[in-house]
Amino acid sequence: MNVLSILILIPLITALVLLMVRKELHMKLIALFGSIAQLGYSVWLTNYYINFRKAGDTAEMLFQTSLGWFKPLNIYFSTGVDGISLTMILLTAMVVVAGILVSWKIQHQVKEFFFLIVLLSLGAYGFFISTDLFMMFFFLELAVIPKYLLIGIWGSGKKEYSAMKLALMLMAGSALVFLGIAALYFASGIYGGQYTWNIHELTQINFPMSVQVPIYLLIFTGFGVFTAMFPFHTWAPDGHSSAPTAASMFLAGISMKLGGYGALRVATYLLPNAAQEWSWIFIILASIAIIYGAFATMMQKDLKYMNAYSSVSHCGFVILGIAMLTKTAFMGAVMQMVSHGIMTALFFAAIGMIYDRAHTRQANELGGMLKQMPFIGTAFIIAGLTSLGLPGFSGFVSEMTVFVGSWERTGIFYRVATILACASIVVTAVYILRSVGFAIWGTITNKEYETLKDATWNEKAAAVLLIAGIVFIGVLPFWVVNLISNDTITIFNKFISVAVAN
Amino acid sequence: MSIYSYLMLRFEVVITLIIFILLVLKLNDADKKEKSLLIGINIMLLLNFIVGLLPMAEGNLFMGFFRSNGLLVLQKNILNLGLLLISLTSYNYLLKNNNRIEFYILMLSSMLGVFAMLSSGHILVLYLGLEMSTIPIAALANFNKSMKNSSEAGIKLILSSAFSTGILLFGISLLYGAVGNLSFENIQANLQLNELTLLAFAFILGGFAFKMSIVPFHLWTADVYEGSPVAVTNYLSVISKGSVIFVFISVLYSIFSSFTDAWLYAITILSILSMTVGNLFAMRQQNLKRFFAFSSIAQVGFVLVGIAGASKIGLTSATYFVLIYLLSNIASFGVISAIFDATGKETINDYKGLYKSNPYFALILAVSLFSLAGIPPTAGFFGKMFLLTSSMGNGMYVLLAFAAINIVISLYNYLRIVKTMFIDDAVEVLPVVGRNFGMKMALAVCTIGIIIIGFVTPLFQYIDVLSIVK
Repeated sequence: MNVLSILILIPLITALVLLMVRKELHMKLIALFGSIAQLGYSVWLTNYYINFRKAGDTAEMLFQTSLGWFKPLNIYFSTGVDGISLTMILLTAMVVVAGILVSWKIQHQVKEFFFLIVLLSLGAYGFFISTDLFMMFFFLELAVIPKYLLIGIWGSGKKEYSAMKLALMLMAGSALVFLGIAALYFASGIYGGQYTWNIHELTQINFPMSVQVPIYLLIFTGFGVFTAMFPFHTWAPDGHSSAPTAASMFLAGISMKLGGYGALRVATYLLPNAAQEWSWIFIILASIAIIYGAFATMMQKDLKYMNAYSSVSHCGFVILGIAMLTKTAFMGAVMQMVSHGIMTALFFAAIGMIYDRAHTRQANELGGMLKQMPFIGTAFIIAGLTSLGLPGFSGFVSEMTVFVGSWERTGIFYRVATILACASIVVTAVYILRSVGFAIWGTITNKEYETLKDATWNEKAAAVLLIAGIVFIGVLPFWVVNLISNDTITIFNKFISVAVAN
Repeated sequence: MSIYSYLMLRFEVVITLIIFILLVLKLNDADKKEKSLLIGINIMLLLNFIVGLLPMAEGNLFMGFFRSNGLLVLQKNILNLGLLLISLTSYNYLLKNNNRIEFYILMLSSMLGVFAMLSSGHILVLYLGLEMSTIPIAALANFNKSMKNSSEAGIKLILSSAFSTGILLFGISLLYGAVGNLSFENIQANLQLNELTLLAFAFILGGFAFKMSIVPFHLWTADVYEGSPVAVTNYLSVISKGSVIFVFISVLYSIFSSFTDAWLYAITILSILSMTVGNLFAMRQQNLKRFFAFSSIAQVGFVLVGIAGASKIGLTSATYFVLIYLLSNIASFGVISAIFDATGKETINDYKGLYKSNPYFALILAVSLFSLAGIPPTAGFFGKMFLLTSSMGNGMYVLLAFAAINIVISLYNYLRIVKTMFIDDAVEVLPVVGRNFGMKMALAVCTIGIIIIGFVTPLFQYIDVLSIVK
């Protein structure tokens, strides 16, 4: 048995066992133990991976396997990981544990809720370990419908509208991705002599420019929809705000990362010529998303909308880093994915805890939460400070890396984009400090709030786990850098070899 | 030629045998013991299915009028499975209906026509089979004799099918004028592209389009689906459609293979129209049977996307998709018929809160809807993606763009029903609908099939080995 298949097997078994039990407590415990086992296994796997690297294994990806799936179409169940996918897997495992912990009090249809959450995580794990494009696409789509049901059934507000919008937009995005990868499959037969969906085999092929450009635009845009890239971001605010807390955490913490990872690994890595010629489109879109997202956040009163728009802005950094095509920028993009994933999960968790107690998410109706709920208030403040990039937390390191990487691109166009992106930090500071000031500090305005209780054990555990992640990356960024630097360099070298060939 | 080669006629012989047994039973008034009769018939159909699975020789009979090969056997097996499942899901309906033997005789006669059509090596046999498969269905559509819209369905079906037959025959006569002999081999060898043959092709295409209810030849579909009993609607949407799709592929890929450029053009337009119109009209439907009528129009449009691949993989993926479509649609109609038989309700609004009152039915319907929408891990995902891949291989970019848009629209349609069942609160809570053994078996087979087919790797490979494009 391959070490990577266990990453899929654990959630699968958890889901199947969940279907069999009858007591609610058992369901919760099974989901929790399954996710903790997965987190433990991911940590072990990372360690195992690092040991292999230390021993001098220089293969592009480790633990590769390939099983026939649909052989007439050359579709294989092929897996492999590198540092980038491992960081994503760690992120996913962490957010899933935290998400299950904060959903402890879920009341109705408990079994379905946890089943869908485990299914969603299964899609994410499968996506990150696949090296076959069809398999990757399979897992990408697997994660769409659970989101629809999670929002539609357990959501609040205009949940049906939001759920439908999210499902349709993500489906449209994945349809674009599929057209792109199917075209790549046939192009591989024409220009490489061998029909294949495998990423490693595809990188060996030099596609002509006329083939690369349409495929690149299709795939990048398709994954861009998942990352809430402007102008395809509109599902994100509605979806996040209507979703139950755990689903918001998953949406922003994991789903949006699927898009970023795909845009880097598939679009940029496999089609370097087109990326060099056409990535300016995505730089423009990312800059717009960063600025627009930040200003739109300033206008929000609802805390969840606020965090959703700020996610649009922060994920703009991911797209920006990928589209800038420098070594450091790639690294920054990956770190920003991890950092934003954990930070936004913590943010949504804190907002969810406040909402559960105060029954409102309007920043101006809250106030003085820190006095009443010191733990939740602190978690909220830490998430906010990470979001605005305070040194010591993960946000600073990752955004800084993106900026430095972007600055490496010379040329007035790239400089302007970088400066605009940097400028958004000021706006971020405004909305973060304002919301913290309104909701967390100050005096308690509403008498009813004086009876509110602080976080329970499960909420504390979730928040502590996420805060540990933030601080870990903030204080020891080189750990993540060491893990991923080889792989970002591999991707970057693709560009150098292309430039030399030209 | 030995007597053994006549075993190639096995499918047809077994069906004919069952029909005769049923006639004898009718004469003996077996109708009285309705339960044992229905169980007996279902066992016979099961045996029929098992006999079909036995290995069989390939070859031609009757001077090439009848042919058989691995792919045809597989297609007949798929349809046999469909027949058995439909029979099982209509158990409750037939228990209440007094003309159950006639029902089966008509359905099996139609099935005999389907088999003759599939195996035909000559256009006349194809025509005979096509007619034989349609006319009994018109009687079946009218099976609820006391209901007005059922009669309407019967009349509509017979008139429109007569009309389409006329068009088809006219096309065949033109073809005869052009090549002088209507056996498939001869047409394929002698067909040249000119005005006459193109006209003949257009008429033949029109005739087939009627039977498959491709837009703009679809107008009969919704009314007929709505008026017929659920079992018949199921048969129409699955067996009739599936078999005509099979034949249509072989007609396009073998007889008109020299016309590929011409028919690709036609198929592109028909496919875009079918998908778009089917999905857009499905959006506004309240009655579930009408909804599935338009959904099946859109699904056939999607099969055309795969057929436009015009290659081996097109044939493989279309056959694969029909199998998946068959299971998904039978599961959906099974649920609809169970709920209709118990409560008499068949509009989407009646399904509000179905998950709370009848969780099993809601889950099965949801799985089959996901399969129709192409959501993993259900088999429909693989079916749809392979159709797209096949089309991509032939560079049909315009068609693919429309297909991508339609995937999104169809997802909306199917999610609308899922939302009704899982999210909405019931206005009027449906009673718990009982499940009999037959229904349970049929739904279980369909659901398990839908979930695991994508992971049974040899199946796709097997179909691919059998698919031979001449």
